[in-house]
Amino acid sequence: MIEQRKLRVATVSLAGCFGCHMSFLDIDEHLFELLERIEFDRSPLTDIKHCGPCDIGLVEGGVCNAENVHVLREFRANCRTLVALGACAINGGLPAQRNHLDIGACLDEVYRSRPGLARAQVPNDPELPLLLDKVHPIHEVVRVDYFLPGCPPSGEAIWKFLSDLVNGRTPRVTGPLLHFD
Amino acid sequence: MTTEVPQSLIDEVLTAVGSTPDRLLQILVGLQSRLDYLPPALISRLAARLGIARARVEGVAGFYSFLHLAPAGRYRVRFSDNIVDRMLGSEALSEAMCARLGVRPGELSEDGRVMISTTSCTGMGDQGPALLVNDRAIGRLDPQRVSEICDLILHDTPLAAWPPELFAIDDNIRRADALLTSHLAPGSALAAAMALGREGWLAQVQASRLRGRGGAGFTTAVKWLACRDAPGERKVVVCNADEGEPGTFKDRVLLHRHAELVFEGMTLAAWATGAREGFLYLRGEYAWLRPRLEAVLAARRAAGLLGAGILGATGFDFDIAIHLGAGAYVCGEETSLLESLEGKRGTPRIRPPFPVTHGYLGHPTVVNNVETLAKTCLIARDGGAAFAASGTAQSAGTKLLSISGDCARPGVYEYPFGVSIQQVLDDCGAVDVLAVQVGGASGVTIAPYEFHRRIAFEDVPSAGAFMVFDSSRDIFEVARNFVHFFAHESCGFCTPCRVGTALLKGYMDKLADGHGALQDLADIDWLDRLLKNASHCGLGSSAPNPVVDTLLKFRPAYERRIQHADFQPAFDLDGALARAREMTGRDDAGAHLDSGTGVIR
Amino acid sequence: MSGTFLLDGQPVPFEPGQTILEAARAAGRYIPHLCWHPDFPPHGSCKLCIVKVAGRHVSGCAMPAKEGWEVESDTPEMNGERRALLQMLFVEGNHFCPSCEKSGDCQLQALAYDLEMLTPRFDHFFPDRPVDASHPEVLLDFNRCIYCELCVRASRDKDGKSVFALTNRGIHKHLVVNAESGRLADTDFAADDMAANICPVGVILHKRVGFAVAIGERTYDRAPIHEVAMRPEAASDD
Repeated sequence: MIEQRKLRVATVSLAGCFGCHMSFLDIDEHLFELLERIEFDRSPLTDIKHCGPCDIGLVEGGVCNAENVHVLREFRANCRTLVALGACAINGGLPAQRNHLDIGACLDEVYRSRPGLARAQVPNDPELPLLLDKVHPIHEVVRVDYFLPGCPPSGEAIWKFLSDLVNGRTPRVTGPLLHFD
Repeated sequence: MTTEVPQSLIDEVLTAVGSTPDRLLQILVGLQSRLDYLPPALISRLAARLGIARARVEGVAGFYSFLHLAPAGRYRVRFSDNIVDRMLGSEALSEAMCARLGVRPGELSEDGRVMISTTSCTGMGDQGPALLVNDRAIGRLDPQRVSEICDLILHDTPLAAWPPELFAIDDNIRRADALLTSHLAPGSALAAAMALGREGWLAQVQASRLRGRGGAGFTTAVKWLACRDAPGERKVVVCNADEGEPGTFKDRVLLHRHAELVFEGMTLAAWATGAREGFLYLRGEYAWLRPRLEAVLAARRAAGLLGAGILGATGFDFDIAIHLGAGAYVCGEETSLLESLEGKRGTPRIRPPFPVTHGYLGHPTVVNNVETLAKTCLIARDGGAAFAASGTAQSAGTKLLSISGDCARPGVYEYPFGVSIQQVLDDCGAVDVLAVQVGGASGVTIAPYEFHRRIAFEDVPSAGAFMVFDSSRDIFEVARNFVHFFAHESCGFCTPCRVGTALLKGYMDKLADGHGALQDLADIDWLDRLLKNASHCGLGSSAPNPVVDTLLKFRPAYERRIQHADFQPAFDLDGALARAREMTGRDDAGAHLDSGTGVIR
Repeated sequence: MSGTFLLDGQPVPFEPGQTILEAARAAGRYIPHLCWHPDFPPHGSCKLCIVKVAGRHVSGCAMPAKEGWEVESDTPEMNGERRALLQMLFVEGNHFCPSCEKSGDCQLQALAYDLEMLTPRFDHFFPDRPVDASHPEVLLDFNRCIYCELCVRASRDKDGKSVFALTNRGIHKHLVVNAESGRLADTDFAADDMAANICPVGVILHKRVGFAVAIGERTYDRAPIHEVAMRPEAASDD
């Protein structure tokens, strides 16, 4: 008899658009089923600021700045199973399309060179996380256990994936559920 | 620098080397040596002149390391980057030269005079560190020689006026056996074979059990018979002198001292197969040998040993042309070599069909190694049975070894097949040996517990390289050097080799940079398997060999570099913030990342 | 010599000279491929068609079938290696499906779906590759090139133009067009060339029609590639 303790799940969006989270909500009434088996730790749904020990971590978005690195490491350190959720977490996605540009040139273009800027200066407030020179998928920064592609993965795909995971099956998403776009 | 190219220059080169598209590589080599690089307008005009697409010309020019589509200097200095050259101090010498001439490695000097870069092994492991300057080779580099070279460059002294002793290359023959002591008069082997008749000669080659010395060990007589019997009147003999395997230089010595034997062997192959045309495919690194080789060919023509009616035999017409490579290891693979001979990118062909039926321009073609062809002279002189009397059951005759690395007497050694590795080590004066790399980068790494093994096709096969590493060496760095070599030399045709060698290089660098994690070793294993299984040609399938062998036999060299039990990014996280720090002027704690543990510095 | 070989245990007849892939296809059996195309001789570069024969890995598209061979293709081992080859193709280029107008019609993507590739697994190269929008009718986005050379072959051998060629080598290998300027607009390329309609991925794109069919209703949204590739019209399909 498997212990029926509720699994603790944390979710976060790094360099993403929250689309994967929205898609998560698209599992609609399955949320009620799911909530009988899981409870949320850190997540935009709970507003908990730091991730505690968890069974599952769902990470949306790639890694584009120093804060993303800290949060991702916190997730890896606390989650038994870490999942890359959606295109950006898996290959950097849209944010990674800046990767062929020099980040210095980007900052210069945005904060210094554009006409009409009053105080043309790259923001240097220590509160602001510094940008990495490239946007990385999360598996290039920490070990990742599972990957669920899609932009976003459909609600059905997320439901299939999570119900596999929660019920102890190796998650498998195939056929029409498997999409990169 | 002007991009105007006089039409007369193109005409001159086309007249010299031919003006058909299959001569394209030779034309480009000729233009490069006259113009120092191949400007875009030249590519366009040449394409128009040859009546082929410009993109094809650009594609061929872009394939070969020694051809430049952008200015690369009047002096193009390339340090041989084999591990043996490195062990002899090539990196420090290269740095010294860069500092003296005020250039960064791989970048053209501001005055357009010089570019200093590295190149794959130049075949001078017994007298390194070595370099190439344009098409000349210089060995035995030391600070004084480097300084002398810098002076010559700074004074714009033309290469032709450099002191000849700078270009002196030693043969370093340390042990001579049947081949290197043969002293055959030019034409004598040929006369003996012709006296036997074509059939009789082939029977002797069969009896000799001669196998290819280039590495694969294919039975020579079978190859010759298959070519002779293949449909088609026009047959071709090709001598593979693209001796690119790192650590090998015995073909250089054969071509330097015994070119007669090599050309006579090619003529013997023509006698057996009925070929009328022959090519010597000479690697670009050995271009300096060409004038000498041309002189030998001219002398043989004058003596009736080449040309129409060889030695008075009506219908025995055969001649040899030298074709230069231009810095592409993959062209040592025989089908890549044929593509290159046809003036194309050196991409390996699909096999079957094999060259013996569909070779140069689709004609039945024999491709043999330099040493193999030279050996056939001994068979002609002494008979097949006498040849087969030395060596071992599966490996008749002798083998030339190119010995370099940590030993007292590097050079060329000729042994009957079956010699033990320990014997070779004793003879060359190697002590405290950690490992021997037999057969070059694509060969096998031999650990001390295997030193009783023998050089032979049935035990440790070898194309000729024998690199010795003593216990002061880091075997991981040896393997990493070879991995870099393969990534640089991959032709890029097939997915596994093109991407796999680049990925493997990434993993080896990750370990070297201190980012190694246990998971990396598993990933390396997986890449090794993919390369071995799925690659299109021998380059890709043997690229993982040095890693596979050293992981098996010298695993601690890898484990020592594992910094993390689990996982570690390949890139330096804190370094990835450097540009943003520079742009914001920040250097507070939050502007840094710990690259290891995630703790803020 | 005609005869029969076994493909994953099932007999497949073959005609003289037929390769493993061609014979399998004629018998209605699919072997994955990207660079192979029915209108061209085998190329053998993508290696997605690798199969195992007597312990050896060979290219199914290029290896002539032989009597009595036992060929393994649709096995966890071979599909695992194919998945890794796909992962290599994904990381060496810039394959951002959500922003690619070929998404849903792309063979690389479709094969990745078929072989259940969930992650590119390796570290990305994120190369800096150009886009050429100079031509009035066709856009070239080299970020997605997989070097199948179908455009090279089609332009040279069918269109008689040689608009494309490969230059450089190894991981630096890349396509060039037949113009000193390097611009497609300065070549004789035309939108109805075979080469303009053969790219299996999203490099050669016709302008102004990219979203004529909505995402979600495209070729491989409707059917998996192992079905689409076996349709008779697939022979000349773009």
